Amino acid sequence: MNETIRELLARVGGLPVAVTELEDAADLYSAGLSSFASVQLMLAIEEAFDIEFPDSLLNRKSFASISAIEQTVAQILKAREAA
Amino acid sequence: MDMQVSFLDRLFDAGLLIDTGVDGLYGRSGQFEDVIAAFERLIDRIGGADGAEAMRFPPGMNRAFFEQSGYMKSFPQLAGTVHSFCGNELDHMSLLKCMEVGEEDWTKGQEATDIVLTPAACYPLYPTVARRGKLPKSGALYDLQSYCFRHEPSKDPARQQLFRMREYICMGTESHVTDFRQRWMDRGVEMMKSIGLDVTIDIANDPFFGRAGKMLVNNQRDQNLKFELLIPITSVAKPTACMSFNYHQDSFGLKWGLNLEDGSVAHTACVGFGLERIALALFHTHGLDVKTWPENVRATLWG
Repeated sequence: MNETIRELLARVGGLPVAVTELEDAADLYSAGLSSFASVQLMLAIEEAFDIEFPDSLLNRKSFASISAIEQTVAQILKAREAA
Repeated sequence: MDMQVSFLDRLFDAGLLIDTGVDGLYGRSGQFEDVIAAFERLIDRIGGADGAEAMRFPPGMNRAFFEQSGYMKSFPQLAGTVHSFCGNELDHMSLLKCMEVGEEDWTKGQEATDIVLTPAACYPLYPTVARRGKLPKSGALYDLQSYCFRHEPSKDPARQQLFRMREYICMGTESHVTDFRQRWMDRGVEMMKSIGLDVTIDIANDPFFGRAGKMLVNNQRDQNLKFELLIPITSVAKPTACMSFNYHQDSFGLKWGLNLEDGSVAHTACVGFGLERIALALFHTHGLDVKTWPENVRATLWG
């Protein structure tokens, strides 16, 4: 999952730094992720993992770092399994 | 809804607004305009000493700047573009025939011009300031007013498609522009109190389009980027935003290349007055006949 998220981030994140240079916990907004790019990333992740972010998770916190995105996606996948 | 329709009908009956047959597109009477002019003079009295540079643009802007602004990313549903007939004589004949028969949409052949209707008074400002070069270290302040267009037909007189927005726009460092925004939140409350209007200030968001827009809404609210000053007009439970206080962080600075003398990217903030909404709030609160408005309100507005 980590690799897919990194690929998507490299493709749509529009970051001025290489994604490979970023730690999992690095703050993506400080790294240059714009509000609009975070929306693009959200849509790309939904498509790649075939999930839909609930409104409650559509916020800055969910996309604050690569590990935050992993946790958010895992949470959505887990909720789907439970359903 | 009934209340909204009836307030609109009362405004038509009193001749303050003039029905054009299109929801949200109204004429204004001399009396209505006089209230707006008086309120703008009040704005000048409160903000004039700040020394803002005044600029007035017509209600259309350069399409290239509009495209660069990213407006279509966030609010495609509200935008209005200007299209014109650009054909030859033969095309003209087909156009007239099409209009006469009335079965097909005659506007299909219209082509986009270089003009887009201005969506917010400050939009033409950013590229204008960027062209001038670096901003002074002490920042800059501008005063704009324009008719603005938003495609949202409604019977709520406080939601018009063509309306005027008066704005102050501040550019500078983060603390400079956030201080400016706070100062106007305080001034806004005092101003409205001085004309007898009951106000609250609340955190707000722009009407971003679609599901992606939900994320932008949440981001905007989480970061306290937008506040609105609300006044009851058509509903007490859902008061109407009559002023907005927006902090853009460095997003417009980056987008338009607005830099301070020391090379840092400028932060920007704007404060907007919805002039028709404020006039409507006055008419709703004090009555449709200005002669019967409380003496202190009349004195504040007309001296």
